Amino acid sequence: MFKKIGIKLISAVGTATIIIIFVFAYLNVQSQSKALFDEVERHVNQLSETVKNSTRYGMLLNERAHIHNIIQTIGNQPCINEVRVFNKEGEIIYSSDTTAIGHMVDKKTEACYACHAANKPLEKLEIDKRTRVYKLAPDSSRVLGIINPIYNEPSCWEAECHAHPSERTVLGVLDVTISIKAIDNQIASTKFKMLMFAIIAIILLSGTVWYFVRSLVDKPVNTLLQATKNVAAGNLSYTIKEHSNDELGMLARSFNNMTQKLSEARMQLFQSDKLASLGRLAAGVAHEINNPLTGILTYSSFLLKRTKGNSDLQSDLEVIVRETKRSREIVKGLLDFARQSVPKKNNANINEILNHAIGVVENQLAINNVKIVKNLDLKLPKVTIDANQIEQVFINLVVNANDAIGKNGGNINVSTTLLYVPPKGYMQIKRAACPKGHSLIDNEIKIDGLPSIKLKALSNGSSGIVNLDPIYGKSRHYFGIEYSKNKTLQLMCPHCDVSLIEKNNKCPKCASSVYSFEIPTQGEFVGCTNRDCGWQNWKMIELEGKKEFLEVKISDSGCGIPKENLYRIFEPFYSTKGQRGTGLGLAVIWGIIDNHNGTITVDSNIGEGTTFTIRIPATRSAS
Amino acid sequence: MSKDYDILIIDDEQVIIDSVIKLCSTEGFSVDSSLDANEGLNKIAKNQYKLIICDIMLPEMDGFMFLDEIIPQNLDSPVIMTTGYSTVENAVKSLYTGAIDFLPKPFTVDELLSSVFRGLKYAEINKSLKSANLRKNDSSIIYVPCPAKYFRLGYGSWLYIEHDGSVLTGITDLLLRTVDSIDHIELANMDEEIVQGNACAQLVTTDSIVHNVLAPMTGRIIEINDHLLKDKQIVEKDPYFKGWFYRIIPSDLEYELKHLTPCSSDRI
Repeated sequence: MFKKIGIKLISAVGTATIIIIFVFAYLNVQSQSKALFDEVERHVNQLSETVKNSTRYGMLLNERAHIHNIIQTIGNQPCINEVRVFNKEGEIIYSSDTTAIGHMVDKKTEACYACHAANKPLEKLEIDKRTRVYKLAPDSSRVLGIINPIYNEPSCWEAECHAHPSERTVLGVLDVTISIKAIDNQIASTKFKMLMFAIIAIILLSGTVWYFVRSLVDKPVNTLLQATKNVAAGNLSYTIKEHSNDELGMLARSFNNMTQKLSEARMQLFQSDKLASLGRLAAGVAHEINNPLTGILTYSSFLLKRTKGNSDLQSDLEVIVRETKRSREIVKGLLDFARQSVPKKNNANINEILNHAIGVVENQLAINNVKIVKNLDLKLPKVTIDANQIEQVFINLVVNANDAIGKNGGNINVSTTLLYVPPKGYMQIKRAACPKGHSLIDNEIKIDGLPSIKLKALSNGSSGIVNLDPIYGKSRHYFGIEYSKNKTLQLMCPHCDVSLIEKNNKCPKCASSVYSFEIPTQGEFVGCTNRDCGWQNWKMIELEGKKEFLEVKISDSGCGIPKENLYRIFEPFYSTKGQRGTGLGLAVIWGIIDNHNGTITVDSNIGEGTTFTIRIPATRSAS
Repeated sequence: MSKDYDILIIDDEQVIIDSVIKLCSTEGFSVDSSLDANEGLNKIAKNQYKLIICDIMLPEMDGFMFLDEIIPQNLDSPVIMTTGYSTVENAVKSLYTGAIDFLPKPFTVDELLSSVFRGLKYAEINKSLKSANLRKNDSSIIYVPCPAKYFRLGYGSWLYIEHDGSVLTGITDLLLRTVDSIDHIELANMDEEIVQGNACAQLVTTDSIVHNVLAPMTGRIIEINDHLLKDKQIVEKDPYFKGWFYRIIPSDLEYELKHLTPCSSDRI
């Protein structure tokens, strides 16, 4: 559980959040409490001064009843606990609590402690030392007391009553205590609010982090993980479909790219690896079989020689000799296959080869009630091919088609055509680069199954991505940008933003500006930026002119091949026929067509049938 | 005790030995056999053989190792190599290493006998050459060696690289000396491809034995010597110039040239 990257990220972020918010809350509560307390202190101080000043006149006149009255009135205010005045000996002279008058104050109590802590009482007391906070009883609320010394002054000793001698400095103390329960409550509530805020903030932040980690990290990482597992299990056709634009998206793209390359490489490796082991196998088999064949061939040919004149025996022996020689050719063919010999090319008519191949398997087809529907182009030119190998290809494909149809009967359609392919609409742009050398090929967005060309486009101030059709001349572009009719686009490289617009060139069709990019080793590609014009020019390919291909299609009405198996059918030893097949047929076909510089593709729908399309360049030798 | 045989057959398959003994003894040849190359070497040390037929794939010591042992001894007995693994490489390597012929399995009576006849004749020529050489270092009294700028595959076929890059091929005088007089020659067709070490033409002799001519190089035939078909004697008269067989476009000249012997080396 804690190994998951999401949990790790959330715990890291959560811990940091908790620390930050708690420190913040603590400092906040501290400073607020202090400010509140300072305010109260100032307030009490002021109150104390007010009491002292308002009683001053009464003191001078020694009007005790009046002073009593004032102290009583002030002391009765709700938040004020007690207002007392005591003299230097500690006797309470005035008090809001009348019962306390005349009592002595213990000098060790909180009220007196500030000055009387040392043995000799202080005569001056700093303002900030006048206050103290204490509790009257352990379970009661806190009170704030302030003592205000009443200093002797000339008016005191010059007054008529002459109550105080002039040598004294302090005449007594005014002690005001007020309850700070309300403030304490306020601080407590602030603390509580801060705590709640901290908890809620932590929960919310963790939640947000969790959500984003899940959608931005967890999900793509899991998709990638899933994909890696799939690929590890051997499914190289697995691709990651959804991905973002961030690094993980790039990772997904490179992953797709990698698996694609891997699958191609594996295909090649499979071919060569299995062919190599097949070569060793064939060598062993050839050696082993050729020895007994030598026995048969030498003795039978010897007998044939010895029995001249016995025509019955002769014809029988001739069969043995002929068939042994045929076996010899088969073994030789096996050896040749193992060595993937270069095709022995001659001028040949592909229709003749096809008819011959069908003739070979006709009986087999009749048993299954399978009909061959031929649609041959009789004007096909002769081309240089290895007739034997090509015949082998056709026989194999027709037999496969027959097997796919099964015993219920069906049709095999065979057609040949001469494709006269102009470069436009046929040639694929396989590589493309901006002037700075960045590849413009986009393996993600495919148009008709082929990687497209990715360009960045600017139009009316907004930017987007345009994917060009990789087939030269087919304008099935994909526009990821708003596009108004007959407007041109600013096109640039999506990697480095270098402009692809040619300044000195205009479209010969509509005179709009043109873009260009390089197709490495195959010249420059130019196109019109006006979508509705669609003009394109690939000079180097145009100069080569049209190309001729022979196309042979063999399609059956059989059971079809599941999509997930399609990519494997050309692998050696891949067979669905179980004991009846070696799994080599299509691998051999693939090799033969590849040796003829041709292509073989397969298209299949379950329940509808399979079509194999072979294209061979129609090269003719000079003679 | 030393014994003289016509032929020694070395093969790990009893059926091959049996059939070779049977076929050759009907022609009146004496045949000795051995199931492995070491035993064969021992027999060669003890006895005299006119001709040795040796399989390539043998236990412990294979046919090529056997050849490497026997060629430096400069024996009178020439060696014919045979194998079930009859690839071009094996054929060419055998001839390059010093065997006089390559007989791919499975073979017919005629193929075996053609090879054996030529082998025995070659041994005979070789022997008389050696006795002649005691006096004078010149083989031309017995056969015409091929010109200095030519290359040969084994002793039988030659090639000459023309200035335009095409290659002329033909057969040597020595091959002609090992066969009876030629009744007719069967040639391949135009545009066909001939493969180095594989049969590219057949010499049918008056005693109606068919001898295969091994192609010295792989390539496509672009010209056939028409005179050869009209007048078969042209090859016997002038095998190196007017008696050429094919003009071919070689498919891999440089690689295949490595397995050929330059005729200039024959004259030192």
